[in-house]
Amino acid sequence: MPYTAGEPRRTVPEEVRARIPGWGADLDPHNRPAFPRERFDPDATGAHWEFPDRQEEKWPRERSIEHKFLTPVFGTATPPRGLSGVIRRLAYRRYSEGRAAHWLLLLAGDRVDAVESHLRSLGSMRPDDPITESGVLSERRRRPIRSRFGRGRADVSHMWLDPVIIVGPWLLAGWLVFSLVKRFAGRRPV
Amino acid sequence: MRAMVYRGPYKVRVEEKDIPPIEHPNDAIVKVTMAAICGSDLHLYHGMMPDTRVGMTFGHEFIGVVERVGSSVEHLKPGDRVMVPFNIFCGSCYFCVRGLYSNCHNVNANATAIGGIYGYSHTCGGYDGGQAEYVRVPFADVGPSIIPDWMDDEDALLLTDALPTGYFGAQLGDIDEGDTVVVFGAGPVGLFAAKSSWLMGAGRVIVIDHLDYRLEKARSFAHAEAFNFTEFEDIVVHLKKTTDYLGADVVIDAVGAEADGNFTQHVTSAKLKLQGGSPVALNWAIDSVRKGGTVSVMGAYGPMFSAVKFGDAMNKGLTLRMNQCPVKRQWPRLFEHIQNGYLKPSDIVTHRLPLEHIAEGYHMFSAKLDDCIKPIIVPGAAT
Repeated sequence: MPYTAGEPRRTVPEEVRARIPGWGADLDPHNRPAFPRERFDPDATGAHWEFPDRQEEKWPRERSIEHKFLTPVFGTATPPRGLSGVIRRLAYRRYSEGRAAHWLLLLAGDRVDAVESHLRSLGSMRPDDPITESGVLSERRRRPIRSRFGRGRADVSHMWLDPVIIVGPWLLAGWLVFSLVKRFAGRRPV
Repeated sequence: MRAMVYRGPYKVRVEEKDIPPIEHPNDAIVKVTMAAICGSDLHLYHGMMPDTRVGMTFGHEFIGVVERVGSSVEHLKPGDRVMVPFNIFCGSCYFCVRGLYSNCHNVNANATAIGGIYGYSHTCGGYDGGQAEYVRVPFADVGPSIIPDWMDDEDALLLTDALPTGYFGAQLGDIDEGDTVVVFGAGPVGLFAAKSSWLMGAGRVIVIDHLDYRLEKARSFAHAEAFNFTEFEDIVVHLKKTTDYLGADVVIDAVGAEADGNFTQHVTSAKLKLQGGSPVALNWAIDSVRKGGTVSVMGAYGPMFSAVKFGDAMNKGLTLRMNQCPVKRQWPRLFEHIQNGYLKPSDIVTHRLPLEHIAEGYHMFSAKLDDCIKPIIVPGAAT
């Protein structure tokens, strides 16, 4: 009862100890591995350098302007390219991480990247296949009805949005291509 | 090599990619023997994390065998079986030498607010992940550890993120003897947080979710009381009632960015990406903890702002603690707990898939099909 000063009803430790293997093994905070939160211990990490060797920069690597310099080690997956690359480089060059513009530009770059990559894939030996890449073919093996309905799942309320988001852009692109083809095919030669 | 590749929101496939080269003298190339899909991979899969580039390979939970090492690697050699923490960290910066491995300042050129994470977008450094046959492991002398002979591969795999993160979440709660602990989210991390709360002396552990099969796991695996929030008009009021109108001493948010329970919040965050995440679980945590209590957050949120009820947190005098887990710091103690039989991480694994079926794995996990709690990917396994 919080309305009086007394302690609330507590579970008796002996009861819990008998029921839960290892109960209280880390009751003392000193036994908890990240206690205290910070502990200066340079010898604990296995590092044998004061400052790491610098990784070779094979292209102008984008970086946060909140860094003094390019970090000595960085990821090399998927360098920026195309229009999405221009957007991403702008986000990194112009805006700090504290600015919404930084993150919104990066998210915009992601959407442009997806479109660019789909278009690029159409000219490759392996175009994107929205059916196999969405994993939706596995539905029949994974109890699609029993998993979703009659179980009170909260996400059922927005589940209808997923196909719109996944399939919608493909339908829209198909409609655009179809309209363009129809328009040009319908023109009489001059 | 074969690798999972992101093709845009909700789309992944397996492609042929070059085996990653040694880029730095302290790199190792690891042949992956087992990887996992993590709930936070779904934030990438759904296109929520800024700067997730088409062509990237995800996967921050993996174990494998060292294939090659760079010229300055001293502690590993080819053939060693290693478990690799999801954090990439240098071991020598201001933060690493203070044990804050997840906040390393020398590995993420793209941001200062977060460290490096394998396969977790360029916001986390732009490193390819381990849902592939091979992966580049920077700072091989610092991050990976050799898997002890007595440890199962699946236990080792779950020690690369899910178990330590759950344990860390309980630890951030500063649990005292007899405390009532509420855990929002009965995914792998929430289940481990609930289980770990007992090790720290909790008197009562309550888990909240909306998926009955996960709540059942919370009861059987984590010995917790478990409630489905969809069965209550207001889960916060229920939690107040069940704690004698006091509120929980500690609440752990093991949900993160894609919380359900509020349509508007979900659409503005997960669907429209206008927030760093749907803060429903976090707001419920703030509401249901007692005044002066502690809220621990290790559910992953994106970098954009979120509509969090900060005024209530302030007025209630709460302590809010949060971070990405510094995984390697947890390992020695967690090894002991596994050896003592207090923890058996692989008990939560529900599905094992070959790498070639990874699109199926992502869809199943994302759509919560087939009572999936934790899917594991095995490169090279027969399809």
